[in-house]
Amino acid sequence: MFDLTGMTALVTGASGGIGSAIAKALAAQGATLALSGSNEEKLKAFAAELGGDHKTLVCNLGDPAAVDALVGQAVEALGGKLDILVNNAGITRDNLILRMKDEEWSDVIAVNLEAAFRLARAAAKPMMKARFGRIVSITSVVGVTGNPGQANYAASKAGIIGMSKSLGQELASRGITVNCVAPGFIRSAMTDALNDAQKGAILARIPAGDLGAGEDIGAAVVYLASKEAGYVTGQTLHVNGGMAMI
Amino acid sequence: MSETADRVKKIVVEHLGVEAEKVTEDASFIDDLGADSLDIVELVMAFEEEFGVEIPDDAAEKIATVKDAIDYIDSKQ
Repeated sequence: MFDLTGMTALVTGASGGIGSAIAKALAAQGATLALSGSNEEKLKAFAAELGGDHKTLVCNLGDPAAVDALVGQAVEALGGKLDILVNNAGITRDNLILRMKDEEWSDVIAVNLEAAFRLARAAAKPMMKARFGRIVSITSVVGVTGNPGQANYAASKAGIIGMSKSLGQELASRGITVNCVAPGFIRSAMTDALNDAQKGAILARIPAGDLGAGEDIGAAVVYLASKEAGYVTGQTLHVNGGMAMI
Repeated sequence: MSETADRVKKIVVEHLGVEAEKVTEDASFIDDLGADSLDIVELVMAFEEEFGVEIPDDAAEKIATVKDAIDYIDSKQ
């Protein structure tokens, strides 16, 4: 089950905490990856750690022309086909609405939502021809619940969910599924920096009593990317230890 | 029948899975050949590949029949 041998995938934000866990999970199931990120050094170091015949593609997702070129570069690097697109890259620019700058809004929308749209649009073409494709986007629990200080981020993540439902309907007849994974609180450098009181307040909201791990997200992506999930489309799989049951 | 017409009809038959006799020049992709909007997008992609032409969106929107496609491709070659 969930064997991805012979399949190729483009993962954005691949050197980040969740992105690297997703890449490791896809590679462990046999997929060959194009790892994309903005920091070449970090990306190369991660590719070396991962081993195997994976490619790296540096891309600034805030640059529309660079984003439009990325899928073509990935297809070329991966030997002419792209089975799986994972829109993982995301940024935050948190601020209360009264203080939020125009750029804080537009930067988050550009990287989190518009880049996902551009990549999905470009990936749909080879996937339609192949009559097979998996588009998996990483959204967030706050895209569904909202979160104070994250109007921009929550809007971008909610946007991804709506977009995925529309694409799922457009592309289902061509063997392409479009789904989301919505992480809750995942252990990262950011959560490690929280003090005990902050951690306690977060954990009190999570029935599972613990933060999630990157591997929890990687496993969800592997499932949605697999042939076995071919009848699942337009869905958001929440991976949050029960903190929001939606 | 022109060479372009033959190649266009072959692509239409393959993509839409319809019988060759139904693919007359007057046939409308949507009304007569059962195509949906996504099929049209795919047909345009296939024409672009087969003939090495670029069919911009505003031109693609006007391609409703087999003849429309043949005429557009001939005009670009």
